[in-house]
Amino acid sequence: MSEQTMPAAQTPTVAMIRTLGLVAAICGLIIVGAYEGTYDAVTANKKLAIERSVYQVVPEAKSVVEYHALPGGDVVPAGDAKTPDGAIRFFAGYDADGKLVGVAAEAGAKGYADTVRIMFGYRPDCQCINGISVVSMRETPGVGDKIRSDKKFLANFDKLDVRLKDDMSALAHDVVTVKHGTKTDPWQIDAISGATITSRAVGRGIDAAAQALLPKLVPNLNKLASKS
Amino acid sequence: MTETTTNRWDEFMEGIWKQNPIFVMTLGMCPTLAVTVSAVNALSMGLATTFVLMASCALVSMMRNIVPKEVRIATYIVIIATFVTSVDYLIQAISLRLYDALGAFIQLIVVNCIILGRAEAHASKNPLLPAVTNALGMGVGFTIGLLSLGTVREILGSGTLFGVPLFGEHFQPWVIMVLPPGGFFVLGAWLLLFAWRARRAQRKLAEATHHA
Repeated sequence: MSEQTMPAAQTPTVAMIRTLGLVAAICGLIIVGAYEGTYDAVTANKKLAIERSVYQVVPEAKSVVEYHALPGGDVVPAGDAKTPDGAIRFFAGYDADGKLVGVAAEAGAKGYADTVRIMFGYRPDCQCINGISVVSMRETPGVGDKIRSDKKFLANFDKLDVRLKDDMSALAHDVVTVKHGTKTDPWQIDAISGATITSRAVGRGIDAAAQALLPKLVPNLNKLASKS
Repeated sequence: MTETTTNRWDEFMEGIWKQNPIFVMTLGMCPTLAVTVSAVNALSMGLATTFVLMASCALVSMMRNIVPKEVRIATYIVIIATFVTSVDYLIQAISLRLYDALGAFIQLIVVNCIILGRAEAHASKNPLLPAVTNALGMGVGFTIGLLSLGTVREILGSGTLFGVPLFGEHFQPWVIMVLPPGGFFVLGAWLLLFAWRARRAQRKLAEATHHA
């Protein structure tokens, strides 16, 4: 690329490729080392963050049990098993007496910069979503990351309607994010003005997760009703 | 190696005072203005940058004789990106909350011109020890710069320092200080202070020579 600019000592292409290859190899090794070295701590941290957000969206919970909603429509306690293919992971929160107080599940959708992953709390008694918490996001500081702190936006998740249709196949009303100040129905989310893309991501994520999880969860709620 | 201790000390102090990346060279303004909303963020960003700076300069300096000049920038970028990725994992392992607070600015260390500037202007021409010393000085200088913005903004904007409340309950935070404009205000105030000091020193010097 620089035949004209470097008239003095021409470096043979082979030397350049050799150097770049060497650098790439060294750097690859360093990255793998760093990844392996921090893997355990990072996973432990992520697990802790998820548990913390479960208690945040189901504040009455005193203990949490992880469940899997299987593609066939059954729910089983997760134990230490990995989430099977096609299954959805969720967390049932129980109060001190072992009574089910709420369910928490993860939702994710592409935001402005990267996937916005949130945890939402589902309340069986009102069939509504009560409370969300951000698990991870890369949104612009000061703009998109307001979904974590904007009080008006968070007020959307006070009894957000996610009732199912009578045949329990899907939500009665899709959860949608509407332009700031135009919310009319309890299943709509009022976007933050200036952070519409991130607000929409939250809405889309919740809609997709609720559409997938609730038709499997609601028929099985009696199974979860008390801690086994 | 022929360097004497005083030389090494000068090498180290260059980044802290004479060529401070923030207050003298005004480099790396993007993370400077963006992450300095609190002292903890500023300190962690400073330390992360210092680590990347030292590690990259060390590797660049060690490889300085085998990197053809045609591909040097590509090489430096790969090296810098490697250490930024390592720091990224490291911060995730230490605290996810801190990781979220620093957000995209950790990855953006890759394009921080202080690091590429040091690699190109210093590390590629000097042996390992001076290169690392100089990088350490620059990193510490950068950290001091970030901290002097971060502490002021946190005290004024949230009434805390390293998360510890400083004032009573009736403190009304000066919110604009933790918003982007606050970064410019505080940076401007510091630059003003340094410029005023420099001018005063110059005037004193002029007066002294005049009297003599």
